[in-house]
Amino acid sequence: MSDLAIPASIKVHAPPPELERPPLVLNQRGLGWLSDHIAGVAEGKTPMWWWIAFVPSALMLAIGVICVTYLISTGVGVWGLHHPIMWAWDITNFVFWIGIGHAGTLISAILFLLRQRWRTSINRAAEAMTIFAVMCAGLFPLIHVGRAWFDWWMLPFPNSNGPIWPQFRSPLQWDVFAVSTYFTVSALFWYMGLIPDLAVMRDRSKNKIRKFLYGLFALGWVGSNRHWSNYEKAYLLLAGLSTPLVLSVHSIVSFDFAVSQLPGWHSTIFPPYFVAGAIFSGFGMVLTLLLPLRKFCHLEEVITVRHVDLMCKVTLATGSIVGYAYSMEFFIAYYGGNPYELAAFIQRATGPYWWAYWTMVTCNVILPQLFWFKKVRSNMLVVFILSITVNIGMWFERFVIIATTLAREFMPSNWGYFIPTWVDIFTFVGPFGLFLTCFLLFIRFLPVLAISEVKGVTPQADPHHPLGGAKIGGHH
Amino acid sequence: MNGSAKPYGVVAEFDTPAATMHAAEKIRDQGFTRWDVFTPYPVHGMDKAMGLRNSKVGWFTFIGGVTGYITGMVMQWYMNAYDYSIVVGGKPMFSPIYSFPPSYELTILFGAFGSLFGMLFLNRLPRLYHPLLKSRRFASVTHDKFFVVIECGDPKYSDTETRKLLESSGSKHIEVAEE
Repeated sequence: MSDLAIPASIKVHAPPPELERPPLVLNQRGLGWLSDHIAGVAEGKTPMWWWIAFVPSALMLAIGVICVTYLISTGVGVWGLHHPIMWAWDITNFVFWIGIGHAGTLISAILFLLRQRWRTSINRAAEAMTIFAVMCAGLFPLIHVGRAWFDWWMLPFPNSNGPIWPQFRSPLQWDVFAVSTYFTVSALFWYMGLIPDLAVMRDRSKNKIRKFLYGLFALGWVGSNRHWSNYEKAYLLLAGLSTPLVLSVHSIVSFDFAVSQLPGWHSTIFPPYFVAGAIFSGFGMVLTLLLPLRKFCHLEEVITVRHVDLMCKVTLATGSIVGYAYSMEFFIAYYGGNPYELAAFIQRATGPYWWAYWTMVTCNVILPQLFWFKKVRSNMLVVFILSITVNIGMWFERFVIIATTLAREFMPSNWGYFIPTWVDIFTFVGPFGLFLTCFLLFIRFLPVLAISEVKGVTPQADPHHPLGGAKIGGHH
Repeated sequence: MNGSAKPYGVVAEFDTPAATMHAAEKIRDQGFTRWDVFTPYPVHGMDKAMGLRNSKVGWFTFIGGVTGYITGMVMQWYMNAYDYSIVVGGKPMFSPIYSFPPSYELTILFGAFGSLFGMLFLNRLPRLYHPLLKSRRFASVTHDKFFVVIECGDPKYSDTETRKLLESSGSKHIEVAEE
């Protein structure tokens, strides 16, 4: 089946033009076109733009490896951490990366449960983003502990010291479970979604090694409907499990702060506020990745302007929730009558980190409001720039929360200011290298879009649609 | 085909999901048991057209989830309250409140393993050999074609009648796959 058009002789009962939504796949592309076009991204000769993106990414990754090696072999003192700011860029980066992952799970699980069919064009890449972002996030606590060779003590694993077990009364230990579960379940969900598409790659492979490897990981998938029936149920259940998971992960990350008793951290608004911020930052990253992807891989007909428009709307909604949370935090600091809490917030906006605070407000609250305008949402360059400011703003949000509270403790004798060292800066850069390298390898070797799912939302896939072969007027 | 290999089943190719679904309804009504429909994506309504019952994956998820929750609670009680109990910040040795977040995560983790491996178990996957994969035409099942396969092992199978049935449902191309 190549391009399809409805024959003029067939009348279709369509909604009036003003209510009609733009199709999810433009130009009425057929099922075969979708396989050819999407799988084609990972086939053939490696394009030049890929190398231009890959080489600097791999270099950044190498810098990260060098920094982490230096850090582990020397000690965390090579970072600018000192009393009173013992959490700084490392935990900022941890929360930043784990937050980015959340958009992938929102797209793959929550939008699936809400029957948002447009998610099929973006869920694969967004889930890949989630997995790579959680890898970057997990790195920071593991190296921040200082003696990285004892990381396994965080696991409930019998050891020869008694055994001394992990201490479950600490939210930091809850985080171990939340983050490792999040990584595992995201990877399972992603792999399950890949199985039918790996079969597509297997059946298209001309090369024996590719055929063997894709075939191995496709597990012998042949598109049997008896299999699809169990597969779809498992997919639904995984979406149902991932939804409470994604909400819990950033809630538990926020407990790292909220369960403590420091002003500015000890706050019940933290879990919903962190989750909204995570989805906001994640959508920023999804847009940052997908806009170049759709352009360089020529996927404009599958990741359409409508998809970008909808993603901008989610960014606007979550950005507004974040803005509401910022103002509510301030209001409660004043209205709650706790002088320490109020002082923490005044320090946040006017103290030594005022520049970070106002960068955050500009990037997270003010700039996303431009997404109210359709002109902005349909200008890909402006959307791309705004997606980057969202990323910047959300990094600063975590830095502001962590640094301002620690820099201004209860007693002025405990006050301090954090200045990053070069190792801080390069361990910040390194994970971007890891993230982008993994993402580029993903583009090159795996189907970037969920081929079978995109096929399923086209009109010719619907047995009750004339393009799917249904006879108009006849009963089914 | 050469006569030496054992036949596996009749493979009928279709172009549209609607035609496939009509064929499936016919075969279901004739009472076949060892047959299947192969599609490039899950076709909405095909389970009903084939007369399939609700998938049992949910049981694996449920058992996984319950196991995860109990594992989480028992593990934390054993580690922090029984085997090596230390007072931390005056908090109780065991409380279902602080043990909830890890148990909740383990519920989801084990439930997710249950879903994926339950699905693979029910589908008898991984299966690294399938007779249909030998057919060059059948490879387009992951591309844009739809197939109905009736196995020779079906009690209602007959060399001529089954073929006729598939032809009458509108299949343009029918072949016999070997074991």
